[in-house]
Formats: sequence, C-alpha cells, structure tokens
Amino acid sequence: MNAPLFKFGLFGDEFSLVVAFLIGIGFGFFLERAGFGSARKLTDQFYLKDMAVFRVMFTAIVTAMLGLFYLGWLGWVDLSLVYVSPTFLWPQVAGGLLLGVGFVVGGYCPGTSLVALATGKLDALAFVAGIFAGIFAIGEAWPAISGFAESSALGRLTLPEVLHLPAGLVVLLVVLMAVGGFWGAAALERRFAGRGAGEGS
Amino acid sequence: MSSLSQPARRGPAPYTNPYLAGIGLGLVLLASFVVMGRGLGASGAFSSACAVAVDALAPAHAQANPFWKEYLESGVGHPLKEWLVFEVLGVLAGGFLSGLLAGRVRRTVEKGPRISTGGRFAFAFVGGALMGIGAKLGRGCTSGQALTGGALLSAGGWAFMLMVFAGGYGAAWFLRRQWQ
Repeated sequence: MNAPLFKFGLFGDEFSLVVAFLIGIGFGFFLERAGFGSARKLTDQFYLKDMAVFRVMFTAIVTAMLGLFYLGWLGWVDLSLVYVSPTFLWPQVAGGLLLGVGFVVGGYCPGTSLVALATGKLDALAFVAGIFAGIFAIGEAWPAISGFAESSALGRLTLPEVLHLPAGLVVLLVVLMAVGGFWGAAALERRFAGRGAGEGS
Repeated sequence: MSSLSQPARRGPAPYTNPYLAGIGLGLVLLASFVVMGRGLGASGAFSSACAVAVDALAPAHAQANPFWKEYLESGVGHPLKEWLVFEVLGVLAGGFLSGLLAGRVRRTVEKGPRISTGGRFAFAFVGGALMGIGAKLGRGCTSGQALTGGALLSAGGWAFMLMVFAGGYGAAWFLRRQWQ
C-alpha cells in the first residue's frame, strides 16, 4: 500500500471533497456520541466533574498516533507526506490561551459548536455567530498584528526533534501520560462530582 | 444500540463510553491521515466562509488583505470548494445523524441553572469571538491543532493544547456561576 492515498494520486481534488464530507460525518458522529454537542458536558471538564473531554481527546490522540506510527514503521504510510502544520510558538501559546478562555465563556469549541447546532442547541447558533465575528475582527486586524502573529515561525517541528528523543520513545511517553491521566481523571471526578459553585472553590 | 429496539423508550439515550468514542474518533483521524495525508479541522472552514463574505461586500478591500487573500486563493476552483468546508458540512451531517439515532435532537438552550437565556446567548457570542481570534493566532482550533497536532506530535500543537487547558482552568473559577 502506498499511502497517503491522495498524495500518491489515487484520486483527484474533486473526489477529495467527497472524502472530506465522509470523514466529516465520522468526526461529527463520534463527537455527538461522546456527548460533545452539550455545552454543560464539555465545560464540566473545567470543573473537574466529568473528564470526558480529556478521556475522548487523549484516547483519540493515542489511537491515531499509534496507528500512524505503526503504519509508518511497516512502510505503508510515508510519514513525510502527512501534513504537519508549521509551528508559530508564541502566537500559538497566545491563541491556545484565548481559545481555552473562550471555551469556558462560550461552552464550545468550533467543531463541537457545529455538532451542538446540528442537534438543535440555539446557544450554539450565537456561538457560531461569535466565531464569525472573531475571525472577521482578526482578519481585518491581521496586517497590523502580523508582526506578532507570524513571529517565532519554526516550520514543521515535532516533539521528537525538540526533545532529541527517538519518535518511538516519545510515542511511548504520550501513551504513559494518557494512561496516567485517565487514572488521575477518575480520582478527580470522585472528589469533585456533585459539588456546586459555592463549595470547594 | 439495544435501547433502539425498545418501542417505548423515554428520553435521550446515554452517551457512549468516552474511551469507545475516543477510539472511534481516533480511527476517523487515522483514516484522514492515511487517505488524505492530513488531519481534521473546523475553524478553517469558518475563515473560508468569512473571506468569501468580505470579498462579496468589498472585493478590492479583501484582495488587499493577505489574510483574506490566502483563503480566497484556496479551494478547487472556488474558495468554498475547500477540503475543510466539505469536512465541516460532514460534521453537521454526522452530528445530526448521531443525535437523531440517540433521540438527542431537540430545540433547546444549553445553560447553567443560574443564568438567563439572554445572558447565555451573550456569553456564547463572546466565547465564540474569543475562539475565532484564538484559532487564527493558533493556526487551528481544538480539532486542527490539539487533536490532529497532538497525534502528529507537532510541537506547536502540543504547546497550543496545553495552553487551551491552562486558559480553560484559569477562566473556570471566574465563570463558575454561568455553569454550576
């Protein structure tokens, strides 16, 4: 097998849009299955009452990471052809912080707000309108802020390169971190489940 | 899905076990890597739509801004015939399908017990706006950077993901009355 299939010319640009739609269906389906069309379920993560966001996210990361690592090791997927978005360290640190705050203020992230919208949540409609407003604002401001927004451009950069460790070892460390996190998540839930706003804060 | 076979099921079905849902999500992401050579995303589709809207209202202005111009020049012949735009349409369809099968499609407003509906809409709008700004600075959102970048061991993706959790936990105490 020569993969990624698209990069080896198995199908063209037009058909890639059909693939996009099908992959999107799978993505939206499992987000909704997990309960991520609900702002309260999502934000419970940040009140340590329900760590489903962490569990789903890290199970997905470990599944895809291990799958890709082994397929690459077997020589079935050319890992150099899998697109890794370039690192812009400080803008991404700032962007991540803003996104985290926006998550608790708004109750969703962009992907989950679409699932919420698809299942009838009217607050998700306000959230989606907010996303457009935010993108419009930063798009208009981009020429003025590009000095920062395009700074610390480090290109395609991965953790094994940063840490000077073999990729397999970093994969193992991520798996161990996830398993430790799952264990810790259960302990935190036992402590915080059922607490109201006034208590224990 | 044994609950579906019971004729008089009341209320929505329980959510899927998070580890099973996570494996499902991970396999979808893996399929995207293997078939397309790229991961998932969401915020990019909003940017494409926004760029097209700005271009329709003020074409000269949009073309003069490199941010809009980049989105207007992508896509298969048209900026909305973009991979992420079609993926996001699939997310809407897949979310609706799952919700329908589980009896969870219902017109409602999700909010904490102590906030008004109008207040919830205002917070949702502001939160969405912060997300829009954050996702553009971060070159992606929870899907494109945290999930996809996380699985690809991208340095920027991991820095972004850690900061999302830091920002969320930092803000949670101040916003506890909205949710709890």
